[in-house]
Amino acid sequence: MSSPALLQPLRALFALPNDDPRKTLAVAVTLCLACSVVVSATAVTLRPLQARNAALELQREVVEVAGLGDSGLGLAQAFERIETALVDLGTGALVDDADVATYSYRDAALDMARSTALEDDPAGIRRRPDHMPVYLVRENGSLTTVILPVYGKGLWSTMHGLLALAPDGRTVEALSFYEQRETAGLGSEVSSPRWLGQWPGKTVIGPDGAPVIEVAKGRADPNSPDAQRRVDGLSGATLTANGVERLMRFWLGAQGYGPFLARLRSGGV
Amino acid sequence: MNGTDSKLLVEPIVDNNPITLQILGICSALAVTTKLAPAITMSIALTAVLVGASVIISLIREHMPSSIRIIIQMTIIASLVIVVDQVLQAFAYELSKQLSVFVGLIITNCIVLGRAEAFASKNPPWPSFLDALGHGLGYSLILITVAALRELLGSGALLGVQVLPLLEDGGWYQPNGLMLLAPGAFFIIGLMIWAIRTWRPLQVEKPEYRINVVHRTEVE
Repeated sequence: MSSPALLQPLRALFALPNDDPRKTLAVAVTLCLACSVVVSATAVTLRPLQARNAALELQREVVEVAGLGDSGLGLAQAFERIETALVDLGTGALVDDADVATYSYRDAALDMARSTALEDDPAGIRRRPDHMPVYLVRENGSLTTVILPVYGKGLWSTMHGLLALAPDGRTVEALSFYEQRETAGLGSEVSSPRWLGQWPGKTVIGPDGAPVIEVAKGRADPNSPDAQRRVDGLSGATLTANGVERLMRFWLGAQGYGPFLARLRSGGV
Repeated sequence: MNGTDSKLLVEPIVDNNPITLQILGICSALAVTTKLAPAITMSIALTAVLVGASVIISLIREHMPSSIRIIIQMTIIASLVIVVDQVLQAFAYELSKQLSVFVGLIITNCIVLGRAEAFASKNPPWPSFLDALGHGLGYSLILITVAALRELLGSGALLGVQVLPLLEDGGWYQPNGLMLLAPGAFFIIGLMIWAIRTWRPLQVEKPEYRINVVHRTEVE
């Protein structure tokens, strides 16, 4: 045989009858190696393209939530009009000279040095990044919209969304969930325009600065005195709807953007 | 291509269609057919996985220990599905979001494992390739037909282009919301099976059970 000496035992192994346990093991190991090489090679080579797609998707969502979606500007131009800033969640102050364009709160949440473990964790995120990006929309120098990234557990998945608030820091201008893997047709309604459409105009924060928004079980009664801070639930997806309420309360509360929103209301941004 | 080869390719398209005759792959046929674009993407993804898996399995069929053959087939299918999913996320991001879990669910699509086990593990690569391609095309034909009907009747559009002017936009067409829900797909697939079996009566199954008609005279 002309094959190198190293291959000889392998050839002998594969020449065994198929039902020999040694052959079975050899086939299984070879197959696993081959498959894992193919899968990881694909994942690694395509990752830059996928990351670019995800970044563009986020920009598109930010522009959409900012109300610049039909401004006639291209995506890049519209996104340039929006200022990206980093907030220190502990103090609520904007962080200077941070590299905001490349900051990823998902990476930060996994980094022990840049995140805080949560004792009280209604949103189900375990660790909260110390800094979060916010997007500020200004028109002729005055602030018109503040966009806050929010995320938390639904029933199956972590839902990532963007909440646009008016400069009063209490009133919703728009909400979107751009990433979720909830039950198709039930929980996935969380990102449908029909459900999200009832959010604009709602008050999420009460006079004392604490979050007051509620997701009702079933339909929210429009005549109730609390209608201003209540939205319809999702039928057949109570756990997803509860997840939305919890993540809203977490991110708008003291552990989330609370201190930042307090500064915003007192005109400090 | 000789007669047997072309039969392998053509037969699964109508005469032995995986959806309408074998009644496999119904889950994805319901789930991704509300719009034409995701249905076309899903068809391409499933055909790619089916052909790839069949050819690979056929190439290594001589070395497949029978005790672990299903695991081997599943591993190969799963790897191909991950590759297809990654490619979609890189080059067709919007569509991959619309298809969400259903690309991953190609792994459990009975058509793929069915062809691997029933055909590719017993036949050489070329016939396996043709058989897989034929089944892929048969699946695609039904998926695309159902999706075209559902998008047209459900939202008055085809591939996102408005074909029938909607009432709410001042046109005359009142969209049929049922078509966008899963039952709409059931009705369409059911009607298609009926139509195909009327056209090809050979496909009609024999009743599994017939009520025995007892004559009054026998009882008394």
